[in-house]
Formats: sequence, C-alpha cells, structure tokens
Amino acid sequence: MEGDISSIGAGLAAIGCGLAALGVGNVAANFLSGALRNPSAAASQVTNFFIGIAFAEALGIFAFLVALMQ
Amino acid sequence: MAGEAQHGKDAGHAAAEHGEGLVFHPFDQFIVKPMFHDGPVGLFTFTNAAFWMLLAVAVIFCVMVLGSSKRAVIPGRAQSIGELLYGFLHKMISDVAGKEALPFLPYIMTLFLFIVTANLLGLLPLSYTSTSHFAVTVTLALAVFITITVVGFVKHGTKFLGLFWVSSAPLPLRPVLAAVEVISYFIRPVSHSIRLGGNILAGHAVIKVFAAFASITLISPVAILGITALYGLEVLVAVVQAYVFTILTCVYLKDAMHPSH
Repeated sequence: MEGDISSIGAGLAAIGCGLAALGVGNVAANFLSGALRNPSAAASQVTNFFIGIAFAEALGIFAFLVALMQ
Repeated sequence: MAGEAQHGKDAGHAAAEHGEGLVFHPFDQFIVKPMFHDGPVGLFTFTNAAFWMLLAVAVIFCVMVLGSSKRAVIPGRAQSIGELLYGFLHKMISDVAGKEALPFLPYIMTLFLFIVTANLLGLLPLSYTSTSHFAVTVTLALAVFITITVVGFVKHGTKFLGLFWVSSAPLPLRPVLAAVEVISYFIRPVSHSIRLGGNILAGHAVIKVFAAFASITLISPVAILGITALYGLEVLVAVVQAYVFTILTCVYLKDAMHPSH
C-alpha cells in the first residue's frame, strides 16, 4: 500500500466525494429555504427532496468506488 | 468483490505483522465465507451471505405474517408495524406513481421490507451486511429494470418508445435528446444498484476505520464518540437508502405507466 503512485490517484478520485457533499448541501439548503417561505407546501415536496439528494449523492458514491479500485 | 476482500484480508494481516496502524482491514467484514465450517466457497455452500439474507426474510415473516395473522380490530404491536408500513407504502405509490400503479404494491413492499431489514440487521455488531454486496443490489435493480421495461411494452406497445422521443422539444433537437434519454434509461440500473450498495459499503467501512483509531490510546475517546455518532448516522442511512431505492422504483414505474412527456 505504501509508496504506490496509485494511492495518489485514489486520493484524487476521493475529491469527488467532497464535491458530492456540496451538491447534497445545496439541495438541502434550497429545500429548507423554500420550505420556510411556504411551510404548508413543504410536506408534499419531501419526496422530491429525497430524490434530489439521492441523485446528487450517487455521483459521490461513484467517485468513492473509483477511489476504491485505485 | 470476494477476491478484493480476500486481498484486503492479506493486506490487513501484513499490517498487523508490522505492528502498526490498522490491526484489521476495514473490508474484512465483507468477506463471504462458509457459515458453519471452514473451507472454500462453492456454488452450494451455505455462506454467511445466505444466512443473513434468510434471517432478514425470517424477521419479515415474523412481523408481517405471524404478527398480523390475528387480524385484530385493535392491533397489537407487530400488527401496528405492519399496518403502518402498508399505509406508508400505499401512500407513496399512489402519490408518486399514480393509482393505476397500485397492483405493484406487493412487489414494491417486498423490495422495501427486504432492503430495510437487511440494512438494519447489518448494523448489528459482528453481523454481515448482505446489501453491501453489489451482487445483491444489482440483482434487485435489474429485476426492477426488467419489470419496468416489460410493463411499459405490455401496457403501451411500441408507444412506450415515446419515452425517448421528447415531442415537446423543437424538431432538430429531438434526435439529440433521444440519444440522451436512451443513455439515461440504460444507466438507471447501474446508478440504482450502486447508490444502495455503495452507501452501505462506505458507511460500514468508515465505522471500521474509526474502530481501528480506537486502538490508539491518545485519540481513543474521540474515536469511540465518533463511532457512536456514526452508528446513529448509519441507522438513518439504512432507512433512507431503502426509502430512496423504493421511491426511485416508483418514479421509474410512473415512466412505464405514462411514457409520453
């Protein structure tokens, strides 16, 4: 494991996990700001909120798997 | 996956011999091995994967079949769980996929119950998480993909291909959009399965990495608190990922029911 140049590649691929965190945070922040403006409509949009989070998160998981493969 | 895990085991033992860092590899927990004896894994060996999946089925059977077989007017604990789950999934399908998708309630409920039970059983200490293996999640996702394609063609015939032909777009743009739609349709089982398997795999690996930090005296209080917090997060992830898998199945089912844009 040590001194292997493929470890650097794995580390680079793991940057994508952090970027997916930005995406998930963006989805949650916008959902929350929308929900606070119109709380009565928020409950009906929780489904779309989870779908948005799932799509944003999937790409981070892809990056994690690429990092695992090194 | 098993080969990878075997490789991980060797690396972990090599690190242990040097007496530094990880004394076990975080991927040791995913090794498929025979449940009751040592030896190689053959085609019909009863492995820990088979055991934990059968246990998940047994738990579901106890709660859903034995628990609610009395059909009491005032439900007991197990029957209440069953009724709440049924109402939750009934509402989810009719909200997302429409009333005409309700015949698929048994299939979608089976998917949800199996995934959520397998995820939660995997959180028990020393247990084995069957949904962290892509062999399991790809099977589930491919079953959904094939079901939805067949349902689309049976219900709409060749009109199902209208899913790929965006009739509201300008005419020169439609072939390009059709190519994009076809690619996104066939990438669905890949992302559907990897989302579930990858999330569970990543969560369990992170817990084991923190467990390795706990053996270092200087930071062990932080690591133990970290494991506690991560366990809470993992319980949330286990349920949310089962929910996401089910709700995406409903979204895909809606496409099969109403293919026109």
